Amino acid sequence: MKFFIYLSNYFSNRETIQEIFLIPVIATLLAIFLGLLLLIVSGSSTQIALTALVALFTGSFGSLSAISETFTAATPLIFAALGIAVGFRAGLFNIGAEGQIILGGMAAVVIGFSFQLPFAIHLIIILLSGALFGAFYAFIAGWLKATTGAHEVITTIMLNLIAYRLLDFFLRMPAIQKEGRNDPISKSIFETAELPRILYLLDPNLRVHMGFLIAIVAVFFVYWLIFHTTIGYEFRAVGKSVEASKYGGINPAITIVLAMSIAGLLAGLAGACQIAGVLGRATPGFSAGIGFDAIAVALLGRAHPIGVLFAGILFGALIAGGRAMQVSANVSLDLITVIQALIIIFIAAPILIRKLFPWIFK
Amino acid sequence: MNFKKILKIFSGAFAGLLIMAINSANAFTACQVTDVGGVDDKSFNQTAWKGVQDAVAKHGVESKLLESKAETDYEPHLNSMVSAGCDIIVAVGFMMGEATKNAAEAYPDTKFTIIDFAYAETLANVKGQVSATDQAAFLAGYLSAGVSKTGMVGTFGGINIPPVTAFMDGFAWGVKHYNKVKGTNVQVLGWDPDARDGLFTNNFDSLDDGRAFAQNLYDEGADIVLPVAGPVGLGSASLAAELGSDKLKIIGVDADMTMTDPTRKEVYLTSILKHMDVTTLSVIEEVKSGNFSGGVIVGTLENNGVGLAPYHSLANVVSSELAAEVEELRKGIISGSIVMNK
Repeated sequence: MKFFIYLSNYFSNRETIQEIFLIPVIATLLAIFLGLLLLIVSGSSTQIALTALVALFTGSFGSLSAISETFTAATPLIFAALGIAVGFRAGLFNIGAEGQIILGGMAAVVIGFSFQLPFAIHLIIILLSGALFGAFYAFIAGWLKATTGAHEVITTIMLNLIAYRLLDFFLRMPAIQKEGRNDPISKSIFETAELPRILYLLDPNLRVHMGFLIAIVAVFFVYWLIFHTTIGYEFRAVGKSVEASKYGGINPAITIVLAMSIAGLLAGLAGACQIAGVLGRATPGFSAGIGFDAIAVALLGRAHPIGVLFAGILFGALIAGGRAMQVSANVSLDLITVIQALIIIFIAAPILIRKLFPWIFK
Repeated sequence: MNFKKILKIFSGAFAGLLIMAINSANAFTACQVTDVGGVDDKSFNQTAWKGVQDAVAKHGVESKLLESKAETDYEPHLNSMVSAGCDIIVAVGFMMGEATKNAAEAYPDTKFTIIDFAYAETLANVKGQVSATDQAAFLAGYLSAGVSKTGMVGTFGGINIPPVTAFMDGFAWGVKHYNKVKGTNVQVLGWDPDARDGLFTNNFDSLDDGRAFAQNLYDEGADIVLPVAGPVGLGSASLAAELGSDKLKIIGVDADMTMTDPTRKEVYLTSILKHMDVTTLSVIEEVKSGNFSGGVIVGTLENNGVGLAPYHSLANVVSSELAAEVEELRKGIISGSIVMNK
């Protein structure tokens, strides 16, 4: 209860509403508008542009299956973006979510097909192993930063490249490769390791799975961690100023390693959820660039857990809606990428939005 | 105050748009889901799409297209084509095999056809389109061995899967056959048909890899390279265009690359054709006329499902004797007098 009172106080703060709600919403609407304008300028009729716009909405929220697809796509984005947001709070720019997702997914696959365990236990172990391996992989970058000062942007990018090749290698190992196949593809995980689909009883083809609910729990966990624990306070202090936090008695090295590891833990969970909830096995491209899209989601959510939740759902909606756009209006999926990029530009330049719409921010 | 007004305008506009959306007709619709290569891969996605477009031109059917950006798109893409009410869904590529099987089992009333995949058990609503590509690649291998000046030819693949290695097998066997007939010792780099292993980029979309792999083979002495990785081969072609076609020639795959990639047409010695446009069109026609049945159709040299493209701009390096020998081989394979794997 206390928490909700706090939350309502928090959101009644005018600055905060502008910061984590109004600016992203305007940025998104503006980006969609410009994207459609681009469509018209590039020779499509207004009719097609409007059809595309409708498809974007109906394809993302227009039906139960659309909502299910939106949430399915949003789930790994929310996990990974939460991790990146934790990094941002501690002053770390973690580009390595992609690699951490791959490591988490790899661990999940191995656990998923190696043992046959009772349903709930197997599921918990598969998620834990994903989280652990993701955390370990990010720990490397954090440890390098804390001990040698190696910049995390460089190390995480390099660790991503290592993860890609590691995955290629891993998928060709006889113990992991699917029987009877020459191409890199892992064995399938047991059914007991699969995250159940939430709406299975309504329609078994609705893909949204338990991972989405876990992601929401993670949002509130990260919120609590950042704003209501000593560790969170230390993260934020180090993020604001390493020198000042040192003066205040915080050990920045430990804080950096911890923040990085928690970021990796969340990204690893994203990977494990993709394996256990959607894919059931690993292939070379299973991470699908989620770790990079998650950076955008974390930025759009202004590194705030609640903001990340909505930004993740928005990006999930763009993915699901983009699909519908392509089907019903024959619009290239690249337009969605353009819209995503435009959103980031507007978010990165909040002053631009304040200047463009001064009457909203009076 | 302003904000409320804007919201009102927005919701009004939205309601209007919703009404506009409900005007889709009930025409026969043929739909395609591409793999990550995209529809403009100048290769098998594009060839299959041409088949769909031929159906549009010939029978006035509707068409829909979904391009995949990642492997994770296959399943939701197929599902959304089902909900879009498609009469036939064309899934392109071996990599979509499992996703297509799942979709076909989940939606038994929708008809699918998949390029390059033949299921062990017949699904009543899926038609697999596979090709005896090794037959055409055999001819290309023989041709390359005859054209190569360095006595070395190279190949590399996208991923080690049957529809890719079929090209490489045929190519290597063709070179071997040339060596046997002519008493030469032309080497094949990048694929060993007995060990079933060789050079693979492990993707079907990186043009940089195509360039790097071709560069490696060229550095090892190969002057003709066969890239079997969809658009990845375009990277190899751009390297060949820079080096000059006297130093490095490329053999196209799936489509006649001279036609689909005209800006670099001078580097293509020939192309190993898979006429998936023809088979795709015929599957669409089957569905339309109600004669569809699950199973597999195989394209061969005999039924023109596979073949070798004309030599186009490099015709001058192919002697008329060599061309005649290749034509003889073609007849020999069709009649069965030539066994490729020997």
